Amino acid sequence: MSTLVIAEHDNGSLKVATLNAVAAAQAMGADIDILVAGASCDGAAQAAAAVAGVNKVLVADNAAYEHQLAENTSLLIAEVGSAYDNIIAPATANAKNTMPRVAALLDVAQISEIISVESADTFKRPIYAGNVIATVQSTDAKKVITVRTTAFDAAADQGGSATVEAVGSVHDAGLSSFVGEEVAVSDRPELTAADIVISGGRGMQNGENFKLLEGIADKLGAAIGASRAAVDAGFVPNDMQVGQTGKIVAPDLYVAVGISGAIQHLAGMKDSKVIVAINKDEDAPIFQVADYGLVADLFDALPEFESKL
Amino acid sequence: MKVLVAVKRVVDYNVKVRAKADGSDVDLNNVKMAINPFCEIAVEEAVRLKEAGTATEVIAVSVGDKSCQEQIRTALALGADRGIQVETEGGVEPLVVAKLLKGVVDKEQPQLVILGKQSIDGDNNQTGQMLGALANMPQGTFASEAVVDGDKINVTREVDGGLQTVSLNLPAVVTTDLRLNEPRYASLPNIMKAKKKPLDVYSPDDLGVSVTTHLTQVSVEPPAERQAGITVEDVDQLIDKLKNEAKVIS
Repeated sequence: MSTLVIAEHDNGSLKVATLNAVAAAQAMGADIDILVAGASCDGAAQAAAAVAGVNKVLVADNAAYEHQLAENTSLLIAEVGSAYDNIIAPATANAKNTMPRVAALLDVAQISEIISVESADTFKRPIYAGNVIATVQSTDAKKVITVRTTAFDAAADQGGSATVEAVGSVHDAGLSSFVGEEVAVSDRPELTAADIVISGGRGMQNGENFKLLEGIADKLGAAIGASRAAVDAGFVPNDMQVGQTGKIVAPDLYVAVGISGAIQHLAGMKDSKVIVAINKDEDAPIFQVADYGLVADLFDALPEFESKL
Repeated sequence: MKVLVAVKRVVDYNVKVRAKADGSDVDLNNVKMAINPFCEIAVEEAVRLKEAGTATEVIAVSVGDKSCQEQIRTALALGADRGIQVETEGGVEPLVVAKLLKGVVDKEQPQLVILGKQSIDGDNNQTGQMLGALANMPQGTFASEAVVDGDKINVTREVDGGLQTVSLNLPAVVTTDLRLNEPRYASLPNIMKAKKKPLDVYSPDDLGVSVTTHLTQVSVEPPAERQAGITVEDVDQLIDKLKNEAKVIS
């Protein structure tokens, strides 16, 4: 059995999410190759070649793949992937965009966001915002899978010595083009990769008050997140959203401030190692999952917390 | 231009769904059903395009048994002009839904197809992208803004770490994220009017699609419960616990 893992990268470097997908591929027990599709992506390719347990890194380096537009990369992945039994990618925004197109081109189902590998054709995945875990069995000969990254410990990023092979095929569907991007510039760690995350909810009352979290985040080296309620209310941008419809995180410490604990938020953070909840409503459901609950007005507690750290 | 918008009937987002005791399936007896929230945003976007004079007709389509006509009527009450139900027995997989929608696209030739990015039951996040591949259309997924510009559409997308804008040739597929718009409420007169709007029913055969199964649900179970922790007295105790008991800060 053979597995192709689709690398998550920014051309220059390989993203950790790739290592989580490699771990899922290892759990399936197949030979593993990695596909890096990008432009001037040698940095990412070399990093992929160093990942433990990888046989071969296939590199499709072409301007058509620079921004990893789904219309183009899906054609490439479907072509390269046709030689493999499994095609696996981490469930990042990128792969969520691309992989269903790959599955449709190959006329197979996609199995989204698996959290465990039960056997070569059977997987567990959360449904209904994580209220239910379904065990599903695939009858497709070829499997297209995305992996919930927090459910698989990253494979070692060193120790491998895969061969690097260029893929010549160029697929430019000519349907779409990249216009621009606004990437939030921050000195803080990325939300999905941070060891500590501090998130604010509707209780923050407005976007300005998120500043109260920033001082604490800086002292702890934490990333800042938000609940869907805070995003819906327009306090903060959606890329900060933690939850079933936002980012799934599992840091060592998760601090939920002014967050009631709606099921859709819990689905995004309940695998955190230690959860702290700060909320003035002692009946808030967030306290049912918190290791440490502090019933207090966040406008008193946050400045005190920051000053005492 | 003609806009096709797909809607799905799902369990209302306020309902906490549970696995049946025997683990055979989720318990959906007597639960409230509603239009999928992301689909509601899709309908709103299509209706706004019509109000702006960009769209000439908005068609709402749903795949499912007869009960999904209720959600099509909801879309009609929100401003869609006519409805299409593709009749299937119970739920079908995203790949099949995408094939059926492709059949409708072939019949109706819309310039734009708008769908929710995911449904809150299966949480698959696949159908729009699959339709894009099958119909050879470009896609703007997880959209927070969509602006039609001549024979193209510029879509701003919610991606990891920020926003990305892409330009797509029409016809195109757009899937909605939360911030694209805030859906309106249907007024009573519009709900009444919606009952008289046309609604066609097709079978998968009519669209030349065979309903296949690629995945079997073996069982369902509740997620692992977290043990509730303790309530701390004050900030001092919290910091002490985090440092000395949990050892997650130094």
